[in-house]
Amino acid sequence: MKAADAIVKCLQKENVEVVFGYPGGAVLPLYDALRNNGMVRHILVRHEQAAVHSASGYARTTGSVGVAIGTSGPGATNLITGIATAYMDSIPLVIITGQVRTDLMGRDVFQEVDITGATEPFIKHSYLVRNAQQLPRIMKEAFHIASTGRPGPVLIDIPVDIQNTRIEFNQPDELQIRGYKPTFEGHVGQIKRALRKLRHSKKPLICVGGGILHAKATKELAGFALKARIPVVHTLMGIGAMGVDHPYYFGMIGSHGFAHANRGVGQADLLVVIGARVADRATAGSGIFAKNAEIIHIDIDPAEIGKNLGTLIPVVGDAKHILQQLSDGIEPLETEEWVAELASIRDRVHTEIHNKPGFVNPKQVLRDLGEVVDDQAVVTADVGQNQLWAARNFPMQGDRKLLMSGGLGTMGYSLPAAVGAKVAAPDRQVVAIVGDGGFQMSMFELGTIAQNRLAIVILLFNNSRLGMVRELQDRGYGETFGIDITDGNPDFIALVQAYGFQGVQVTNTKDFSASMRVALESGKPYLVECIVDAKESTL
Amino acid sequence: MDRHVISVLVENHSGVLSRISGLFSRRGYNIDSLSVGETEDASISRMTIVVRGDSYILEQIKKQLNKLVDVIKIVSLAPEASVYRELVLVKVEAGEKTRASITGIVNIFRANIIDVSPSTLTVEITGDQSKLQAFIELMQPYGIKELVRTGLTALQRGDQQISQVGQ
Ligand SMILES: Cc1ncc(C[n+]2csc(CCOP(=O)(O)OP(=O)(O)O)c2C)c(N)n1
Ligand SMILES: [Mg+2]
Repeated sequence: MKAADAIVKCLQKENVEVVFGYPGGAVLPLYDALRNNGMVRHILVRHEQAAVHSASGYARTTGSVGVAIGTSGPGATNLITGIATAYMDSIPLVIITGQVRTDLMGRDVFQEVDITGATEPFIKHSYLVRNAQQLPRIMKEAFHIASTGRPGPVLIDIPVDIQNTRIEFNQPDELQIRGYKPTFEGHVGQIKRALRKLRHSKKPLICVGGGILHAKATKELAGFALKARIPVVHTLMGIGAMGVDHPYYFGMIGSHGFAHANRGVGQADLLVVIGARVADRATAGSGIFAKNAEIIHIDIDPAEIGKNLGTLIPVVGDAKHILQQLSDGIEPLETEEWVAELASIRDRVHTEIHNKPGFVNPKQVLRDLGEVVDDQAVVTADVGQNQLWAARNFPMQGDRKLLMSGGLGTMGYSLPAAVGAKVAAPDRQVVAIVGDGGFQMSMFELGTIAQNRLAIVILLFNNSRLGMVRELQDRGYGETFGIDITDGNPDFIALVQAYGFQGVQVTNTKDFSASMRVALESGKPYLVECIVDAKESTL
Repeated sequence: MDRHVISVLVENHSGVLSRISGLFSRRGYNIDSLSVGETEDASISRMTIVVRGDSYILEQIKKQLNKLVDVIKIVSLAPEASVYRELVLVKVEAGEKTRASITGIVNIFRANIIDVSPSTLTVEITGDQSKLQAFIELMQPYGIKELVRTGLTALQRGDQQISQVGQ
């Protein structure tokens, strides 16, 4: 068969139902193979960056590998921001790019770019296929590498002549990748040591990151915390690792987290970090993070352990497994006092909600959103104030998801990520939270939403500013510069109407819930634009 | 900052060297030298990398290298348990008057003269770093016209192979 057909066959073998892509000369054989086969749905995006973000939203909603396709040259370079975004948040993706003909490579011909070289710093692994016969094995390896160990994006760059080569379809049953053997099971001795430490701790605290979600270990986390009676805090990427209604849930840490959660970290005598790299945003740049605590660090990626935090007991392996083992080995700890202490700090702190006439209070609106959407809702948030309003105020419970770009902080993520989520789960409510700046960084995806009739509700916070930067400038410099977008902002309602969507503008907090309900119940793409005071604070 | 010699087995295909050198420059690790060549198994290359840094940096380097799918194995080669060698070629000025004394030094160091011209000698010398350093210093007064070194390469002492060593 043609190698291009083999690619599609491999996608099917990996149970890929949907790919997000944008065509061009160097992927014509692949597109023809997709057309011929007809079994893999192709979502035509409007920009390759969105293809990767959508694949990311898809992967995070389904728990499987997302696939994005782009052509050579500019198609490939447009993918880059998406790839870096996925890498920083450990999202399993396979990205397929076309490349110029093998005999022309290295001569700077039309639309030639070294995409494996360009993406090398922020990709889990990449292949430049020079032998068509190896393609089936490479495809299988790519899916395996993307989805196992610490997940991440894998790129396969395929010259157009290779796609046209006839091959015999041979795929090994078992992969032998001698340089890739992720540790899955936690070391029994280390787990015993961890348990011993836990037993002697007076003020234990668990701090989780996105690794819990990747390992699909939310149940095990909830069970362990409950059985051992250990309070839990989380990083930004750890949102959703534990429901806010769990009795041992104590909120988000970090520079944009909650004071009580950060105080808890400061007072704990033992910190169990699970699936978090605990970078600068999580430690609030303090350098005195967990100053009273000994640290047990559980991560599937050994390179994370000891990188940002000095660690007493490292445990390398899968969080789901290790939490189960810890659960099995632990007796309830006597933490009543410690938990009460944390609860009393929490209850003393109160975020006041002010209502200004003519404006919506975004913090209240996001709490209200929690009342309006159901427990299956997938919410995406962009970057900026809107992201942190969502992270701090939208209540996570049930099977809700809150997807955002944590590691790279990529504006323009939420709209295409919502596309991926809705394609993955048409029956779930999908809400894309976005600022007026970020909306305009991905608004071309309105076309994708329209074409595929995706009933996404866009919740736009229009503060006529690049609000987060405005706030940083106000605080740090006293004056603002280059953040006022009032004059260029479009009539957002009219804009979405041009795509055939409905839209409503909300200027009063108390009107929000009703408008949101109408939007969700419409079963169609819908814009809910909230007018927000430019001076509104993030925290 | 301490000097460490690490030996890295990698897949022998294109792109691997750039992945490794990219990792070092991106993360700000200091490399003194890097030498690479095929091993007894043609599908595997072996790199000898000399790096500077404290134990935190060394651990980070090893862990980050290990994350690369193309990296098969990494071991540290401690000085007392390893043999280190480097090859240097020196083109030194050598006229009528100095030729004999240079040849004398070459013999003492068990180096080899591998090329001769009316005004120069080209010397090949292998050894550990202190020997090479001493030789180069002795050549300096004569006038070194050109010098090239391969970078250090190393093996563990005894009958152990890298595949048998724990990481
Ligand atoms: C691609 C990209 N460019 C620039 C930034 C820097 N940045 C972070 S937040 C922000 C402002 C975002 O404005 P808006 O989308 O309106 O959201 P708001 O903060 O007003 O809620 C900017 C410019 C970024 N994170 N990503
Ligand atoms: Mg804004």
